[in-house]
Amino acid sequence: MSRGVKVRVWGDMALFSRPEMKVERCSYDVITPSAARGVLEAIYWHPGMIWRIDRIHVRKPIQFTSVRRNEVKSKVQASSVLNVMNGGNKDLYICSKDDIVQRAAVLLKDVEYVIEAHFDMSGQANDSDNPGKFKDIIMRRLRRGECYHTPYLGCREFPANFELFEEDPVVTAYEGQEKDLGYMLYDFDYSNPEDIQPMFFRAVMRSGVLDVRDCEVVR
Amino acid sequence: MAEAIKNRYEFVVLFDVENGNPNGDPDAGNLPRIDPESGYGLVTDVCLKRKIRNYVETVKEDAQGYKIYIKEDVPLNRSDSSAYEFLGTDEKGIKDLKKKDPQVDSKIRDFMCRNFFDIRTFGAVMTTFVKAALNCGQVRGPVQLGFARSIDPIISQEVTITRVAITTEKDAENKKTEMGRKNIVPYALYRVEGYISANLARKVTGFSEEDLELLWEAIINMFEIDHSAARGKMAVRELIVFKHSKELGDCPAYRLFDAIEVERKEDVIYPRKYSDYTVSVHEEQIPDSVEVSRKM
Repeated sequence: MSRGVKVRVWGDMALFSRPEMKVERCSYDVITPSAARGVLEAIYWHPGMIWRIDRIHVRKPIQFTSVRRNEVKSKVQASSVLNVMNGGNKDLYICSKDDIVQRAAVLLKDVEYVIEAHFDMSGQANDSDNPGKFKDIIMRRLRRGECYHTPYLGCREFPANFELFEEDPVVTAYEGQEKDLGYMLYDFDYSNPEDIQPMFFRAVMRSGVLDVRDCEVVR
Repeated sequence: MAEAIKNRYEFVVLFDVENGNPNGDPDAGNLPRIDPESGYGLVTDVCLKRKIRNYVETVKEDAQGYKIYIKEDVPLNRSDSSAYEFLGTDEKGIKDLKKKDPQVDSKIRDFMCRNFFDIRTFGAVMTTFVKAALNCGQVRGPVQLGFARSIDPIISQEVTITRVAITTEKDAENKKTEMGRKNIVPYALYRVEGYISANLARKVTGFSEEDLELLWEAIINMFEIDHSAARGKMAVRELIVFKHSKELGDCPAYRLFDAIEVERKEDVIYPRKYSDYTVSVHEEQIPDSVEVSRKM
């Protein structure tokens, strides 16, 4: 019983922010393993399973564009909410005229990937759960286009289309070429919820494929 | 609080602009946003969300449960903000519990979702007491919007205008008029696609059927209360809603979106009005279990 799956995802725009440039956001050249995991989790996830990304196939040439938007800089202050909940006389809103900042974002345009992934069991599954059941649910959702929420390519304003991908081999936009993309975010290490750490890896795209199986992860 | 919605939805909105600037680009001196390679016009998701917030704020006038968190202006009744419904006497002591109570984050979240329409709909990012807990403070709302794109490439036209009132005394000595400029799109029809996740509504924010009705009303009327010198004549022309029979949905969203075809009529070279376009809904491409309604 195979726990692997290939999913084609595509969209008009995408933004996989580089952590070193997150104020004026700038996208990585390709989807990160953590964003790919996010896409799969939007389709199906259960505490009893963990998604593992194996390979990312880049099906369209990498192109950038930019958009500058008015954004607010503050977050909702938990302390002021608590104050109001307790009957305090505080103002509870953000004024977008006072709190505005213009930020540019460098986005990817017209992207298409095939994400090859599998899942492992996490040990938190119920007695009635097993890999076969998870696999069936995943396949059904992919075939019918069902999802928990609409997956997105890095940010929620860039929705992703998805479908099960069954062709073999996967044709990419960079056949026969090698491209070094430098260090990229691999994912976050959530093992200690008090101290979540980012992990990076050296991304080299060979023939349009980013292979992240057994890659060396740097913290 | 009313019950959360039980169906997944997708929707397509068509809106047009006549002699106005639907969304200025701060990178390009407030020219209408344009995709530089293809010439198609863009309107950002946040621009449209702003209009929806403004509409709800105007019609609901800060009614209980329909407050707006991200306001455009400082409201006049700034001091009159004590009219909140408190969570209940048993939770009054929440402040002391702050350190002991692990649920305090979700209580804050629920309080915000209950009181603020925009947080219930679009979500918000909140600070939390738990350090480095990445996801606790992030509320994802069920409603997700993409960028709007024009059906045809747009041209933006610069209109130079004059004014007779001079701002400074010094300038007034030397000249009688000042020049200004407006950038307008003569005509463009835009299309935007949106998604509503019933799961996020049920499990996180409690976005209800009434909220959904208000959202449709807000989308239909979002430009009706947003007239200004810059916007020209803007109007929503079509709101097509796809209601899936299930929470998870019945078919991929792109298949539904592909079933809506907007075309420029054959004999029209320069579209200048809505009737220069035809909108067709290809019902045969939509599964029977998905209910399609044209709300306008």
